[in-house]
Amino acid sequence: MNASVPMNDAILQVEHLSMKFGGLVAIGDLSFTAKRGEITALIGPNGAGKTTVFNCITGFYKPSEGMITLNRSNGSRFLLERLPNHEIPARAKVARTFQNIRLFSGMTLLENLLVAQHNKLMKASGYTILGLFGFSGYRKASAESVELAKHWLEKADLVDRADDPAGDLPYGAQRRLEIARAMCTGPELLCLDEPAAGLNPKESAALNTLLIDIKETSGASILLIEHDMSVVMQISDHVVVLEYGRKISDGSPQSVRTDPRVIAAYLGVDDEEVETVLTEVGDEDVIEQLDIGPDSAHGPGASSSFMAGPVSDTVGHSTGERITVAKGASKAEQVDAKSSTAPRKPSERATAKPKTPTAKPRGGSK
Amino acid sequence: MAVTVNPERDVVATPMQRALREALYAGAISLGLFVLFIGLKTGQNISNELVLTTRWGLLVAVVVATAIGRFLYVAYGQPFLANQKIADVATGLLPASAASRFFQLPAFIVAVVLVVLLFALNNSLAGWVGPGAAGYLQFLRALSVIYVLACVIYYFRGFIHANFTKLGIAALILYPILVVAVLSLMSWSIVGGLQGSLKWVDNYGIQILIYVMLAWGLNIVVGLAGLLDLGYVAFYAVGAYAYALLGTQYGLSFWILLPAAGAMAAFWGVLLGFPVLRLRGDYLAIVTLAFGEIIRLVLINWREVTNGSAGISGIPKVTFFGLMTFNVSDPNYIAKVLHIAQSSAYYKIFLYYLILALALLTAFVTIRLRRMPVGRAWEALREDEIACRSLGINTTTTKLTAFATGAMFGGFAGSFFAARQGFVSPESFIFLESAIILAIVVLGGMGSLVGIAVAAMVMIGGTEVLRELDFLKQVFGPDFTPELYRMLLFGMAMVIVMLWKPRGFVGTREPTAFLKERKAVSSSFTKEGHG
Repeated sequence: MNASVPMNDAILQVEHLSMKFGGLVAIGDLSFTAKRGEITALIGPNGAGKTTVFNCITGFYKPSEGMITLNRSNGSRFLLERLPNHEIPARAKVARTFQNIRLFSGMTLLENLLVAQHNKLMKASGYTILGLFGFSGYRKASAESVELAKHWLEKADLVDRADDPAGDLPYGAQRRLEIARAMCTGPELLCLDEPAAGLNPKESAALNTLLIDIKETSGASILLIEHDMSVVMQISDHVVVLEYGRKISDGSPQSVRTDPRVIAAYLGVDDEEVETVLTEVGDEDVIEQLDIGPDSAHGPGASSSFMAGPVSDTVGHSTGERITVAKGASKAEQVDAKSSTAPRKPSERATAKPKTPTAKPRGGSK
Repeated sequence: MAVTVNPERDVVATPMQRALREALYAGAISLGLFVLFIGLKTGQNISNELVLTTRWGLLVAVVVATAIGRFLYVAYGQPFLANQKIADVATGLLPASAASRFFQLPAFIVAVVLVVLLFALNNSLAGWVGPGAAGYLQFLRALSVIYVLACVIYYFRGFIHANFTKLGIAALILYPILVVAVLSLMSWSIVGGLQGSLKWVDNYGIQILIYVMLAWGLNIVVGLAGLLDLGYVAFYAVGAYAYALLGTQYGLSFWILLPAAGAMAAFWGVLLGFPVLRLRGDYLAIVTLAFGEIIRLVLINWREVTNGSAGISGIPKVTFFGLMTFNVSDPNYIAKVLHIAQSSAYYKIFLYYLILALALLTAFVTIRLRRMPVGRAWEALREDEIACRSLGINTTTTKLTAFATGAMFGGFAGSFFAARQGFVSPESFIFLESAIILAIVVLGGMGSLVGIAVAAMVMIGGTEVLRELDFLKQVFGPDFTPELYRMLLFGMAMVIVMLWKPRGFVGTREPTAFLKERKAVSSSFTKEGHG
């Protein structure tokens, strides 16, 4: 890490970001900051628009409104919403992974990591022409790129399988490989979309180690979407909570987990049982417990949150991620309303009761 | 009795019973299929009236043949294959056991003797046994040659497998020399050998190599970058007309126009690519198909320049790098310069080596490019385009380079084609050509150079071989022309290969880089691409 840059300099500033698909507001006026050298987590119930935020930051979507500024450590600034898709990783040095893994499954692990160094190698090969005639510059760059790939394979504990096709790896290893591939682009900001989804506790712990290691040794800042609270609470320095495309909380993991709005967003406020939980807001483990052992009514469906649909739903075309905010669906707003008109009347409760399927606390809305 | 067991359920039909039943079914199905196709024939009589001829005898023959075929397959074929499988597993000779029974030394010696005898007596055969039997004997000779070659390949399969590329290139380089040598020996004269080699070098060698080169060029677009291009023949046409027009109008040399034709085809590739490459999958295929047709229609209708359907004739021949020519009237005609006998075979042999060099250049560039970042980006694009963009790869320019590189090799092949034919017309650049080239790429295994070369040899060589089967006239009557059935056989071969090897002859992928050892990537992991 460049020591001259102050630690708390913001690497990514999202200001008044809105993303509308037709009449649907997937993200509404979202502002947050990710600091350099920190791990920032973006959490929220399913369908909260987290992946949409990622797609805006990495250029897969052009936001309807707002500004996304990236400050590189060499002092240059990029307005990400104006850069073409492929220049965001190339020039602004933002790398990302995908919710459902997108590896080049027919290529070996090593090749996957070499493809990630495409732009560097293109320059070294004189845009193919010099390399075609066997100039030594390219051979040197090629050897260096293999070394870098080997370095990241070792970090991801995959070096033994370097010559196997990526599609042959077990799930957890594919997740690590995708992170290693993103790191091979030499990013300053690494965006991870649910890196722990589908991992067993051991793999999840290995992932935590890898992420901490990336943060400490490579100097890359990390922005991650995660449902697994054990990952979020253990490694993140800063948490931003979204619900229905709006930010409902922002702060340290400790402050977020005790925020009644967050608890409400995750657990809902309408059910009697949860009402009682809400009264015990002081209990810090509420989120964690309910997240680790999800029941069918409140927790994320194992399949819906871990491997929610093909990414083409969220990337390929804009009709994929539909977020309909039914009136009174936002639990965080209800908490606000409740705290302002402190003792709720029975009539109010009756209006809040009818729920659309999309207004369920968690799961199933994607 | 509460539970009754139906005794008939437990009796497993013997293979014979099953075979009889299936033979009946097959006969019934073929009867239903062919009753109108074969049983009835419409024709005209002398006063132009429609008449219906019935051919019940032929229909019965076909149906009975189908039933017997099915019977034999179920009664004997299937049990044999099943036993073979068990024997293979038991003895551990998985690929060897059936084949080693088929390829045995005594049979090999008999075949060699047959080949030598029949070749030695070639000229006097017809006089002894009559032309009909001579045709069969020639077929027998061809079968023996194939058997001998198959035996050699089988017993040296380890060696051949290890050195396939080197052996293949050596065989291709020696091919014209061998053909001339064998034919000279057969006719006891060098001139006769040269004259006889024309067919083998031109119809087989050059024809196959043109398709090998085209398929290798298309392989860059379809096999590596995963962009389905149904109009590849357009670039072939651009190359051919570039040489034909510039060569006839300005008298420029082939050696100048070869790179020019490639550049022009690449330029058209980029021009087509710009609007088209944001399309994916089926849409891209349809637009490239349309582009191929547009080019052909422009060639037909722009008469002032292209001479329309009549085509361009009198395209100059290729010279031997300007040192010697292949025109008999020129003072520096090759036979005059080298003081050898006149023959048109020199030009064909020269063209053979020229197209071999061009094809090998295509292969060399493809192999080099695959190990370069751009080649890896092509393959990554085929695997996952969105992931490519997330890694900072400019997918538009990457696709364009694939299109342009593929088109360039199509243009080279086109200018060679024009020089070889001496005549081009839009007839040569129909959609069927694109389809055949694409079929070769798919059959060979997308991305695999060796597989594609083998597929081109089988497909193009196979259709040429059909011309040689004269003895079939004895069976089906003098009107029978086996060439007419080549598309049927082509289609059948494709269906069989696709059922047997869905990813083509060579489905595995060779990695472009490795840390410890190079392991082929199984076809179950590679993708075909979406655009």
